[in-house]
Amino acid sequence: MLYREAGQFKTSYAGDQAIFPIIQDRWFVLAVLLVAYLVVPFVANDYFFEVVLIPFLVFSMAAIGLNLLLGYAGQLSLGTGAFMGLGAFMSYKLLTTFPDLNLIVAFLLAGLATAVVGLLFGIPSLRIKGFYLAVSTLAAQFLLGWMFTKVEWFYNYNPSGTILTPPREMFGVLITSPKADPAVKYLVALTLVAVFALAAKNIVRSRIGRSWMAIRDMDIAAEIIGFRPMQTKLMAFAVSSFYCGVAGAMLLCLDLDAAEGAEAFGINISFNVLFMVIIGGLGSILGSFLGAAFITLVPVVLTNAPQMFGIAMATDMQKHLEVMIFGGLIVYFLIVEPHGLARLWQIAKEKLRIWPFPY
Amino acid sequence: MEMLHAFFVAPFQEMWEFPLFLAEVVINGLLTGVMYSLVALGFVLIFKASGVFNFAQGVMVLFAALTLVGLMEKGVPVWLALILTMVVMVALAFAVERFMLRPLVNQEHIILFMATIGLTYFLEGFGETLWGSNVKPLDVGIPSASFDFHGLLLNEFDLFAAGIGAALVAGLAIFFHKTPVGRALRAVADDHQAAMSVGIPLRTIWIIVWSVAGIVAMVAGIMWGAKSGVQFSLSLIALKALPVLILGGFTSVPGAIIGGLIIGVGEKVAEIYWGPLVGGAIENWFAYVLALVFLFFRPQGLFGERIIERV
Repeated sequence: MLYREAGQFKTSYAGDQAIFPIIQDRWFVLAVLLVAYLVVPFVANDYFFEVVLIPFLVFSMAAIGLNLLLGYAGQLSLGTGAFMGLGAFMSYKLLTTFPDLNLIVAFLLAGLATAVVGLLFGIPSLRIKGFYLAVSTLAAQFLLGWMFTKVEWFYNYNPSGTILTPPREMFGVLITSPKADPAVKYLVALTLVAVFALAAKNIVRSRIGRSWMAIRDMDIAAEIIGFRPMQTKLMAFAVSSFYCGVAGAMLLCLDLDAAEGAEAFGINISFNVLFMVIIGGLGSILGSFLGAAFITLVPVVLTNAPQMFGIAMATDMQKHLEVMIFGGLIVYFLIVEPHGLARLWQIAKEKLRIWPFPY
Repeated sequence: MEMLHAFFVAPFQEMWEFPLFLAEVVINGLLTGVMYSLVALGFVLIFKASGVFNFAQGVMVLFAALTLVGLMEKGVPVWLALILTMVVMVALAFAVERFMLRPLVNQEHIILFMATIGLTYFLEGFGETLWGSNVKPLDVGIPSASFDFHGLLLNEFDLFAAGIGAALVAGLAIFFHKTPVGRALRAVADDHQAAMSVGIPLRTIWIIVWSVAGIVAMVAGIMWGAKSGVQFSLSLIALKALPVLILGGFTSVPGAIIGGLIIGVGEKVAEIYWGPLVGGAIENWFAYVLALVFLFFRPQGLFGERIIERV
């Protein structure tokens, strides 16, 4: 009853092609944004910002990036961690080399640099596919990871090999560096993610998105009916890497503040982002958010659960149990709903449509 | 010019001038390659029979080694510990089939792949919860003295490993080609549905293949554990086995062996002759880049089945 499109007539093409054609969806998105902008900054405390909200936003960005590549264009990549790392290091280089550079511009340029490198590592996709491609993207992961520790240019030749975000202001408010207010960082991250998610949503509804989906569903057939596999696949890699690069820059500047090359952007990050995409739902922007929320929240909950129930445990024991439960949950989740959280959301919507009179 | 000389001339001059050293490097690489092949074998077995890209193979190696060491620390004699570990690996195969593969049957490959990554985390946590996470030495009585062979310094342990690898491959070859079970396995690998329609029980086959992969993992775990101690980093050699796989082809047992040898030699030679020029520690990615270059020429790997696609 509440969620019903009956009676909503579209009288123009624009109305029919709107991004959220149903009025309830529009209100829902608006409400979520309003709560995120106006309520959350006053309610949440610093711990919540730093451990849950900001990582969630950063990884949503990365998950959207990987989802564009995997869910829409069908190319499996395990190099996300390295691409995020590249974005982080490029933003660091840009911010330290040009102190007057606007923070947002630095993020975008870091994303562009990552896109170029992502394009290079996308070239093998023209020849190989499936798991062969996945393994070959690990080449990107390890090669870039090695460069982050061995090529001193990346971390300005400092002997420790770590990078620290320099303090940068925008509109007179301190945004980066550990001294900045977490709420401000959160708002910056939120704005970036909102804008980029909107962009992603629009990309996948456009000609580019449709060509990606054609390539994903069957690349030979798509080629025969006139899609160009080279441009399409490389475009997917470039756009996806751009998102991952921006996410990496955000991870460094808004979340971590300091990072050490291969450690912070290792293969575990790649797997985590992949989990987010799969658990959230392949080929769904909303799913990227849901998956990111799930994967960032589960470890936090697991870490805090023993104290909540008053169980004392040795730290390393707890760490091992955490890893084990995390793995078990993932397998469980894949069994229960292999199409991801987005699919659950869809089922809920169908139920809502006829609720409370199902007959 | 200086740079080009350092990259393209000097290393070869060095190889020419000290052939004995080169031989030693190559032999070392071959023997490391055997160890990679042992891990890659497990991947190939499972991929062939069930189409599952089993990322958990590396952690199965670790898990087997941890179990073996844990049992031996409890005072169990070696032979009994070996048998018990084998039993544990078979039990693991049963559990994986029952709780993971059966509910996920007919899902897309990527879902199964992700499930094996989940299994990786699970086993990693489980093994370390049970047996602790500190480095443990593993001594099952493999000789490890070095000796001189016509001026080449060789290690008995490495030769032993090579022997084990050869025996394992020979055993698997006989198993696959001469026994009824092996024939059924190959049938399943060829075509699931056709195999089922002639009455081959798919679930039993999966259990068998995961058990065999578990036992191969145990052998690999013993060899790696005896070489460098049983520790968490053992599970990371899975990442070293992946380029071996794409080089050799996901579906080929000989491919896994030859791929392993090529990667082993290539990596050692590159590290020794070209590594210092770019700052060292290139072993981590060299294998991948080598495999990647290879794939440009043969997208299905050296011995993989030709990929034929139809609309």
